[in-house]
This record gives sequence, C-alpha cells and structure tokens, in this order.
Amino acid sequence: MSKVVYGGQSYECGESSVLDCLTAHGVAIPSSCRSGVCQTCLMRVVEGEVPDKAKAGLKPTFAAQNYFLACSCYPEKNIEVVLPDAGLGKLDAQVTGVEYLNADILGIRLNPSRPFEYKAGQFINLFKDATTARCYSLASVPALGEALFLNVRKVPGGLVSAWLFADLKAGDTLTISEAAGECFYVSGQPEQNILLIATGSGLAPLYGIIRDALLHGHTGRLSLYHGSYNADGFYLVEELRKLAREYPNFTYMPCISDGEVPAGYAGGMVLDVALADHPDLSGWRVFLCGNPNMVNAAKQQTFFAGASMRDIFADPF
Amino acid sequence: MSLYNEIGGEGAVNAAVDIFYRKVLKDDRIKRFFDGVDMNKQAAKQKAFLTMAFGGPHNYSGADMRKGHAHLVAQGLNDSHFDAVMEHLGATLAELKVPGHLIAQAAAIAESTRKDVLGK
Repeated sequence: MSKVVYGGQSYECGESSVLDCLTAHGVAIPSSCRSGVCQTCLMRVVEGEVPDKAKAGLKPTFAAQNYFLACSCYPEKNIEVVLPDAGLGKLDAQVTGVEYLNADILGIRLNPSRPFEYKAGQFINLFKDATTARCYSLASVPALGEALFLNVRKVPGGLVSAWLFADLKAGDTLTISEAAGECFYVSGQPEQNILLIATGSGLAPLYGIIRDALLHGHTGRLSLYHGSYNADGFYLVEELRKLAREYPNFTYMPCISDGEVPAGYAGGMVLDVALADHPDLSGWRVFLCGNPNMVNAAKQQTFFAGASMRDIFADPF
Repeated sequence: MSLYNEIGGEGAVNAAVDIFYRKVLKDDRIKRFFDGVDMNKQAAKQKAFLTMAFGGPHNYSGADMRKGHAHLVAQGLNDSHFDAVMEHLGATLAELKVPGHLIAQAAAIAESTRKDVLGK
C-alpha cells in the first residue's frame, strides 16, 4: 500500500489516483477532465518516482522536471508531491564576477552556496529584498562546470536591475531561488533542427541551450537569430562567431531592425529575418526568448510555419 | 471497437491537434476569440476537445461547457462560430484520411455540445 505525502501530511492511496486520494481527504487540487488530457491537475514529485503513465502526453521538458498528472497517477511506491507553483527554495550565492557585456547588459557570475541543480536556459529569481525579485535566465551550462551566468538588462525604472547596476561587485552575496522554467534542451532527438530567436538579454537562455545541445552531440541544425535596434545592442558576438566556426551545424545571425547594417549582420526585424530563411518549420524545435511582443508573435508565426505546439518553447522576458 | 480506438486513439489526437488549432487560429471568423489566450494552455484545451469528439475519455459535463464558454457568449459567440469550428474539425479529420463514416460520428459528438457551448 503506497503513501502520498503532501503538505507535510501522509495519505493512504489504496487503489485510487493521487488526485482522488487527496481530494477525498479534503485537499484542494485543481482538476478538470480527470482523464489525463487537460493537464489542469499537474503536480510535481519531489521524493520517489511516479509510473510513466502519469507523465503520458506531457511535454518532455515537463516530464524531465518530474511533473506528472495527479489524475493518471496510481503510485506503486511512496511519493511526496507538491503543486507546480509551490514556492521555489531560496539559497545564497556569492558573486564571482561582474562585467559589462554591452552598455545596457551586465554579466553576473555566481557561485551558489550549496549544490545547485539546473538546466541551461532555465531561470532563477534574484531577490533585492524579501519581497522584490526578478527572473533571470541562466546562460551557463551545468555540465561545463561554469559559475552561474546571468545577463541582466538595465530596465528604465527597474528596481532590481538599477540596484544591480549601481552596487554589485565580486564578493557580494545575493539571494536567489532554485531554477525553474521549461525553456531548455532535452536530448533524444539529436537530428532535429532547432530555431532559436531572441531579442536583447533573451539571448542568455539561448546561449546556454545552444552550448548544452552541442555538448550533447546535437547533429541537427542550430540556427540562432538575435535581434537589436542597432549594432550596439549585441553581445557575446565573438563567442558566438567562434562557436559557429567550430560547429558547422550552428549558425548565428545578428539582426538590426533600425539603422545601418554592417557586413556580417542582417537588416530587418529578427522574426521576419528568421522566417524568411526558414519558411517551413515542420519538424523543427523552436526556442523564443525576449520582448513579450516578439515572443507572442513568434509563437504564432512559427506554429503557422509548421512547428508543432509541443515543440515551441518560450520565455517572455 | 470504440470510435476512439478506430480513429487511432491518443496518437490521432496528437496528430490532429496542431492541424486543427492552426485552422482555428487562421480563421478570420473566429480567431478574435483566441486573442490574448496563452497558446500552450489553449492547445491543451483543443486536445481535450478533440479527445472528446473522437469518443475518447473525458469528464466534461454540460455545465462545464456552459461555464467554460460563457465569457465568449458574452462577446458574441453564436451558431456561425460553432459552425466554423465544426468545419475545421471535419477538414482536419479528412486531412488525416479518417474514413467518412468515422468523421460523421466525431462530428455528431461535437455537435451534441452546441447548446451548452452557446449557452442556450
């Protein structure tokens, strides 16, 4: 007889699903279709394992983070579960480096105070104080043993970014959250082509994802487009050009939407340039990060161009 | 054999959801009802709808259907919009080469929700 632990309480599951077991005991878990389709009853297992059937139909990035559907989960062993938005744990991290990546984007490197699990492209919350935090994506790759690497854009009037730009120096201690988000590389289809589109500091997760994919031996195309108003808005340009020389399946195209277009750059809105180069995205995986208007338009346009909804991953910041 | 299994079960739903949702979003008659809606969440709902229409497992009651669409009815959702969705359902299944008699069964299931969806 397996037990389900939720919110510090232990419940006997018997023959019922996790959803039925918890709701029968008066625990409120959001649910709708109760047949493994609508994904309203999404939960995360934090201790133990759930049967594969409880993950049927989930995006691979969700399954990889131990999410499952409570209505389809008949546990075979004891498990501890939480709701997906249960607060992320917090920890301290020491700043090991601060550098300007361009005039508006600060590169921050952090060394977490305890073992820190994440996937390149996921985000953390960075706390200015107990109640003020902002999400920043991780541009570093865990398997490379790098310090956590954040790209922070100076937001006009932004509480957290202004504080970081004004004060931060190596040796400082910051409070961050555990990593979350579903914008990351999942191995298993090394030949699948991947389109990546970013504006501004939306490049950060993509820089992590690309290097993670190459490290995993990805053989399909990795086609990166980075958009900015003018040439001053780009960063990590040399690193990306070097990567493109080393890996023939990786291409990098910085796109300038406004103003002069030097050699080696494309002129036009980043989404338009990317779609002109790749009008048919059937079978492609797509990563979109940056300005919310670009991301929302790109979700629809790449879907219309043939990418499956299941293969489109986006962070609107 | 049940309709759901005859059509091809979850594999058929997965194949149909992108085709169906693309048709719906591109349709000038109805796309405004999807403005500002999170596409991933919406795709999951489309999948639930197709599962039901294919005779698959679901637990939606008429009351759920009414509640879920009431805000759209307030925005003018009517029979013409329901017809447009029915059209896309049929076209999607035809594109997937589902035999006509099975398409008719799926259409009948979807049609049975009309009154609840439109709050009549």
